[in-house]
Amino acid sequence: MIDPESRKFSILILFATIGLIFLARLFYIQVVDDSYVSSADNQALRYVTRYPSRGIIYDRHGDILVQNQAAFDLMVVPRQVDDIDTAAFCELLDIDRATFNKRLEEARSYSSYRASIFQKQLTADEYARVAENLYRFPGFYGQKRSLRIYPDSVAAHVLGYIGEVSARDLERDTLYRSGDFIGIGGLESQYEEILRGERGREVLMVDVHNTVQGKYREGELDLPAKAGINLISSLDLDLQHYGERLMQNKKGSVVAIEPKTGEVLCLISSPTYDPNQLVGVKRAKNYQALVANDSLDPLFNRALMAKYPPGSIFKLVQSLIGLSDGVIGINTGIACNKALVGCHNHPSARTIQEAIQMSCNPYFHQVFKRLINKGYTSNYFDDSALGLAEWNEKVTKFGLGQRLNLDLPSLKSGSVPSVALYDRIYGERRWAFSTIYSVSIGQGEVEVVPMQMANLAATIANRGYYIDPHLIKQLDGDNDSVLTFETHHTGIDPAHYEPVIEAMQWVVDKPGGTARRAKIEGIEVCGKTGTAENPHGEDHSVFIAFAPKENPQIAIAVYVENAGFGGTWAAPIASLLMERYIKGAVSDSLKEARILKANLLNVEKDED
Amino acid sequence: MRTKRSIFEDIDWLMVGLYIALVLFGWISIYAATFDEAHPSIFDLAKNHGKQALWIGLALVIATVLLFFDHRFFETFGYIVYGFSLLLLVAVVLVGTEIKGAQSWFVLGPISFQPSEIAKFGTALALAKYLGDHGERFDQFKVKLYSLGIIFLPAALIMLQPDVGSTLVFTSLLIVLYRQGLPSWIFGLGFVAVFLFILALYMKQYSVELFGVTLEGKFIFLGLFTTLAGFVWYNLRKKKGSTLVVGGSYLAMVGYFFSVDFLFDNILQPHHQNRINELLGIVSDPLGAGYNVHQSKIAIGSGGFSGKGFLQGTQTKFHFVPEQSTDFIFCTVGEEWGFIGSFVMIALFVTLMGRIVWLAEKQRSAFTRIYGYGVASILFIHFAINVGMTIGLAPVIGIPLPFFSYGGSSLWSFTLLLFTFIKLDSERKFVLR
Repeated sequence: MIDPESRKFSILILFATIGLIFLARLFYIQVVDDSYVSSADNQALRYVTRYPSRGIIYDRHGDILVQNQAAFDLMVVPRQVDDIDTAAFCELLDIDRATFNKRLEEARSYSSYRASIFQKQLTADEYARVAENLYRFPGFYGQKRSLRIYPDSVAAHVLGYIGEVSARDLERDTLYRSGDFIGIGGLESQYEEILRGERGREVLMVDVHNTVQGKYREGELDLPAKAGINLISSLDLDLQHYGERLMQNKKGSVVAIEPKTGEVLCLISSPTYDPNQLVGVKRAKNYQALVANDSLDPLFNRALMAKYPPGSIFKLVQSLIGLSDGVIGINTGIACNKALVGCHNHPSARTIQEAIQMSCNPYFHQVFKRLINKGYTSNYFDDSALGLAEWNEKVTKFGLGQRLNLDLPSLKSGSVPSVALYDRIYGERRWAFSTIYSVSIGQGEVEVVPMQMANLAATIANRGYYIDPHLIKQLDGDNDSVLTFETHHTGIDPAHYEPVIEAMQWVVDKPGGTARRAKIEGIEVCGKTGTAENPHGEDHSVFIAFAPKENPQIAIAVYVENAGFGGTWAAPIASLLMERYIKGAVSDSLKEARILKANLLNVEKDED
Repeated sequence: MRTKRSIFEDIDWLMVGLYIALVLFGWISIYAATFDEAHPSIFDLAKNHGKQALWIGLALVIATVLLFFDHRFFETFGYIVYGFSLLLLVAVVLVGTEIKGAQSWFVLGPISFQPSEIAKFGTALALAKYLGDHGERFDQFKVKLYSLGIIFLPAALIMLQPDVGSTLVFTSLLIVLYRQGLPSWIFGLGFVAVFLFILALYMKQYSVELFGVTLEGKFIFLGLFTTLAGFVWYNLRKKKGSTLVVGGSYLAMVGYFFSVDFLFDNILQPHHQNRINELLGIVSDPLGAGYNVHQSKIAIGSGGFSGKGFLQGTQTKFHFVPEQSTDFIFCTVGEEWGFIGSFVMIALFVTLMGRIVWLAEKQRSAFTRIYGYGVASILFIHFAINVGMTIGLAPVIGIPLPFFSYGGSSLWSFTLLLFTFIKLDSERKFVLR
């Protein structure tokens, strides 16, 4: 028989062993395996995002172009939803039972005890109605989001819109999270990083019933949301609004610039759309409608993207380069020889000013010929190439054929024909002036966008230079980051501008001028019409202008598609806008009524 | 020869110190588990921690009073306490209050208590008395049978409530019998039984496709086991009676193995089945049967090495862990004090149990020695099962952690158990028997 007393050791070993097993196990789950830490945080901590308010955009006078409005996402925590009156709930939200079940199932498949969005972006009014009944439906609550609202429904193309980030955005910038908003197009996109602000967060503790139990570590880990910076735009809300009204039922665009500063006063692409349509849940539906069901393509920003032949307004550039190069003088007279190029009936121009005033095509055919064939070499082809290269460089300095430094995305550069271009089209030394002469009057290979036309008007108004056109003047309340804009000189003596500007005034004022509809009582307006040939239908009506002649306050370009002669439609629209801007009101109500009434949309169809 | 001495002079202050440390540690853990900004006072009687303060005060009174008892009282009244507790156990089954599916409570106004707590004390006393008187003849079958009877009578009555946890506590008293000389092979047999039980449950999930026939796991086991038995028998076939022994054991084990399914499905209640399946990893249902243990492990595991700090536990304070101030009180220790706190607590328990065994062996009185083993065994099983279940090493059985868990009835009965031993031990130098 064994001695039972020795068994005390077995018993002590048993106690110690169990203690050691426990310690080993505890060491494993507490020190080695850290998955329990994250499980605990996932359960007991809620990271609540505090969304910053997006920066507001004001016009040049401090009126609001776009601001924020509260919207509410209806959130659901599936685990907490039990025994609710589903029928009543569906009625409250105006959804059917199947939708309810589907959404709840989707939420549950994401997580049973984490909140998912049940219904997106209820407006404040809709939410108010839902909120007062929410106590009956445990598991549902509203989360505030901020949407955009456009009080005057203007400048859709300039402002752009915001929408949920795409998968590509998420990949590109880790700051974004699924469901966040990002600027799409326009200023919203261009100034995204300034407007968006910084997201904050709050770390809350919740109990097993998901009831908030207060801030985790007294808010030590919380970050306040930092609101986005407000922007002050150069746009004039009134002018923009008025311009959009004038351009109703017309296809085309208007751009106005303050010449001294390069500030864009209005930027219109017509047809436009109500930017409020692209807000919130209705965005997807309305967007589809705008893209698919509208042949006029209202989302296309013509002012920046539509490349047109400039037509006769290009004669201004030809005149300035001609005078600067000395190939003509002010008093150079050239016969209107319709054998060279077609023209309307008018007496031959005795001066360059008359040529501009009457928009004589043969005159500028000759000017361009002198610019291209300067006799550098006896070979006609080589001479043309040398001349074109020199000419191209000078034209480019007017901001043509290059992308202007504008603070909006998707601006096109247009084109000014170069030696390389013609070599590509015709082959090296296979082209000469006679091949390319239509460029002399702004047809052929020269293409500009309306933004460049307005910038040209501003350049002439400034007698030789332009400042980067821009839509945002200033960041509100932030003096550290002052926006700077570069000045670009054309390299042409201001003295050469005076006769050209004089002629532009005649265009409007003199009996034989082509733009007498642009006349404004008491203001000296300088302008130039254009009628760009359009192989697809009726010609495009073009007009650029600035006013007043001395110390100009506004430079403008108006382009109306398929509207025929430039003086008929584009000129009066420009004059109404300039008058409204300078005087604050329009005196000729007949002129205004004619424009407002005109529907030029179906001209093309009628012709077909 | 007895001289007049202060009762406090011969007390083992190490045990008293360990006791106080455990009770205080328990109290602040309950405070942390039920802490509420609105009732920040640790003495707020509206909260569990406030009431526990009261229970601790009463426990200290009990402890002090016990020290003034004459040691002969316990020996004399051992059987009476035992008999009284048996009566209570019968009464509770008849007229007790049912709480959480077990009719284990007497509720008298604000006080409620479980007779099974008294029964532990009574059984430990009665066993000590019986074996103290008849321990020399423990090799006799009758003495063994009576000893087992003393243990299993109250256990059977408690099973009627039914309270599996408390019933299980009584099996710990087998440790006392082991010390007294109960053959080791009985424990070996018990170990084999548990092993086969677990094996049978595991085998249930497996099956094999063989020649187009699906073989259930238990038949695979049967094949392997038969081969093994055949091999053993072949090697021992020359020895006399080997056929009988090997054959008998083979049949007994196979029979037991095949009846596990039946026992498991028909004797155990569904929630016990779930808990065992969960423990063995046969099923995993963290939102259902496994919820408690899952949450408990998260709470303890998230404490890390040094814990989240006093009152900083999120899992326990915000009710992710159920029963956090009673059966799952260890979660608070693990979460707020981390591995260091857990280590301290486990060390306190193991030291206390070791100290009791150590002192028990020094007793000249067999009664005191056997009683000491009883106390150590009861503390041990509570400790092993309670802590084991919170870290997923034991099935979820609702028994409290001694001195830690909230509740007067449990604290008082453990105080009674321990201080009776402290009292008996303090007289060891004067007792000559």
